[in-house]
Amino acid sequence: MGSVIKVDYLSRVEGEGNLYMEIKDNKVVRVEVGIFEPPRFYEAFLRGRKYHEVPDITARICGICPIAYIMSSCRALEKILGIEVSEEINVLRRMAYLGEWIESHVLHALMLHAPDFLGYQSVLDMAKDFPEVVRKGLKVKAWGNEVIRVIGGRPVHPVSFRVGGFYKVISRSELMKLLKGVWEVKRYAKELLEWVLKLPIPEVRRDFEYVSLKGDREYPILYGRVVSNKGLNISEDDFEKYVVTEQVKYSTSLRYRIKGRGVYVTGPIARYNNNYHLLRPDVKEVIEAYGYGSPLVNTYQSIIARLAEVYHAVIEIEELILNYREPREPYIEGNVRAGLAAAITEAPRGILYHRYELDDEGFVVNANIIPPTAQNLAAIEVDLMELGDKLVNLEESKAQWLAEQTVRNYDPCISCATHFLRVKKLIIN
Amino acid sequence: MRKLKVAVYKFSGCDGCQLQFLNMEEELLQLTDKVEFTMFYEAKRDNKPGPYDVAFVEGAISTPHEVDVVRKLREESDIVVAIGACATYGGIQALRNWANVEEFKRYVYPNPEWIEALKTAEPASAYIKVDYEIYGCPVSKEQLLLFINQLLRHKVPVLPVDSLCNECKRKGNVCVIVAKGTPCLGPVTRAGCNAICPTYGRGCYGCYGPMIDPKPELLAEKFKELNLTSKEIALLLRQFTNWAKPFREVSRRYG
Repeated sequence: MGSVIKVDYLSRVEGEGNLYMEIKDNKVVRVEVGIFEPPRFYEAFLRGRKYHEVPDITARICGICPIAYIMSSCRALEKILGIEVSEEINVLRRMAYLGEWIESHVLHALMLHAPDFLGYQSVLDMAKDFPEVVRKGLKVKAWGNEVIRVIGGRPVHPVSFRVGGFYKVISRSELMKLLKGVWEVKRYAKELLEWVLKLPIPEVRRDFEYVSLKGDREYPILYGRVVSNKGLNISEDDFEKYVVTEQVKYSTSLRYRIKGRGVYVTGPIARYNNNYHLLRPDVKEVIEAYGYGSPLVNTYQSIIARLAEVYHAVIEIEELILNYREPREPYIEGNVRAGLAAAITEAPRGILYHRYELDDEGFVVNANIIPPTAQNLAAIEVDLMELGDKLVNLEESKAQWLAEQTVRNYDPCISCATHFLRVKKLIIN
Repeated sequence: MRKLKVAVYKFSGCDGCQLQFLNMEEELLQLTDKVEFTMFYEAKRDNKPGPYDVAFVEGAISTPHEVDVVRKLREESDIVVAIGACATYGGIQALRNWANVEEFKRYVYPNPEWIEALKTAEPASAYIKVDYEIYGCPVSKEQLLLFINQLLRHKVPVLPVDSLCNECKRKGNVCVIVAKGTPCLGPVTRAGCNAICPTYGRGCYGCYGPMIDPKPELLAEKFKELNLTSKEIALLLRQFTNWAKPFREVSRRYG
C-alpha cells in the first residue's frame, strides 16, 4: 500500500510553490518541490543596461537581501573594469553586509523558523508565551537594519552603494552613533543564541555536501574560494564549469548540481561547517557550552548557524566601527571596456553567483545570476526524501508540519519560509 | 472595537514591500492590538479566507494566474491598496513591456515552452479597481504605518503629492544637478522617501514614480544640456517606474 502527500501551496519560495511526495512500502519514492513563482527575467532585461545601473536593478531580485545582490554584481563588474577597492571601502561593505545577515537571519530564525520547534502558528502567537525573546530578537533585528540604514540610506534597497565603492563617504561620527546601546544588542544576540541551543532540535544525521566560501583570516562574506566539506576547492571564476543547470517542468526556478557529485547545500550551515574556526571565540564558547560544535549534522540545526552568525556579526560590526577610518575617496573609477567576469559573495541564504559580459561602452551583453535558493532546491528534495518513513507514520497534520519545517530549514526566502503549506495525504491503491 | 481584518499578498515582486510590515518590528506587536493579519503568508501559518477589510498587494501582475488571484482578492476586500513601485506602476518588471517576452523566455530558460508569462507586467489597477496607492521601491514603513493609522481613525488617507525636489530643498541638501551636473529625477518624482539619494550624493532614480503634473520632457531638455545622449536619457526614465505614463511617453521619444 502506498500514499501520496500533496502540498498544493508550499509557502512562496520567494513566490509560490508546491510539494508532491509519493510513498510506497514506507519509503518515499518521489519528491517534487515545484515553484510557481512568476518568472521575472532579470538576466534578460539587464541586457542593454549600463554597468553602473546593474547593482540597483539586481537589488530588486530580493527585498530581504538586496545588499547581497548589490555586492555580487559590484564585485563582478569591478573585475571587468579593473577596479580594486580600498580596504576602507571593503570594511564599509562588510559592515552593511553583516547588518543584512542580522536582519535576514533574525527574521527567519525567530519569526519564521523558531515557531516550528515549539508548535506555534506564527511569531505573533509565540510572542504571547515568549514576549521577552521576541522583544529582544526584534531589537537585534532593528539594529541590523539600522546599520544598513546608516551606511545605505534605507534598509530595503539601499541607495549609497555603487560599482567602485560608495556615492559618498560614510562618516565616522555617523557610524559611532550605532554603538550607543550596542552592549545591549550584543547581550540580546547572545541570549538568542542560547535560546535556540535549548530548542528541541531533531537529532537525525544527513550526509550532505556543504558548499560555501572559505574565509582566510575572517569569516567569509565578500571574497573567498568555493569549498566544501567533501573536498571541493575552486575559484569563483570556474564555478559554472562545475555546476550543471537543470530545468524541471514543475518549477519556474532553475536548479543546480555539482558535476559528478550531485546535490549540495549552501547557506549559513555550510559557511559555519566550513569556517567554524573563524567565528569569534565568544560565539564558540556559547555553542560549546551547550554541547554543540562543528560540524552541524542536519539542516534543522541551521537555526544554530544563523544565530551564531548573528552574534558574530554584532561583535564584528562593533570592532569594525571602532577601527573605522574614512576612505579618502568614496569610490574608484574604472576603465570602461569590454570584458567578462564572475563573482560570488555570501548572501544570508548562501553563495550568490553573478556573471556579466560588457561591451566596450559598458553596456551589458550577457548576464547570469545563480541565487542560493535555486542551488538548494535539489537538496530540499533529498532532505524530504530521507524524511520518508517518519512522515508515513505521522497523522496528516503532523506530517504536514514536519514537511514544512524541513523546507523552512533552508530559509528558501522569507515567503517560502512562511508558514503556509497545505499537505494532503491521499491513500493510493 | 472589532479588529481591522487585513490581507497582505505578493504578486511579481521582491518581497521588499510586504517585508516593511515585518520591519515595523516593535510597532508590529502594537499594531496587532488593532489589526488582525487574517492572511499574511509571509508571517503566519494559519491563513484564513476572505472577506477582508483591507488588502495590501505587492508586485506587478505578470501571469494569467495572477490576474485571476488579484480579481478574486478584489471581490473579497472592501479596500484594495497597491503598495510599491511594482503594484502601482509595474515596477522594474515592466521592462519586459519594452521587449519581446518570448525572447526573454528563450534567453533565461532551457525549456521556454514550459514558462507562462503575460506579454506585459502591469500595475494592479490595470485589472481591478484600486482604492489607494502607496508608492516607492520599496514603500517606506513610516508611510505604511501612517496610512494604516489614518484608516483606523476613519480618515481619508493622504500621502504627499509634491516633488522630491521640494523635500530635498526642505532638507537643506545642495542640489546635485546644479552643483555637480549629476542627472537627477527629483524634479519630476513624487516625494516620500526623504530625498535619500541626493542626501547620499547621487541623483534620484524615480522609484516613487511621477509627481502630480511632472513634465519630464522639460527635465529631459535639461539633461541634454548636461551632455547626456538620447540613450542615456531614455534609460534614466526607464528604471523602477518606467511604465508610469509620463515617464514612458518621454522615454519613448528618446529611443
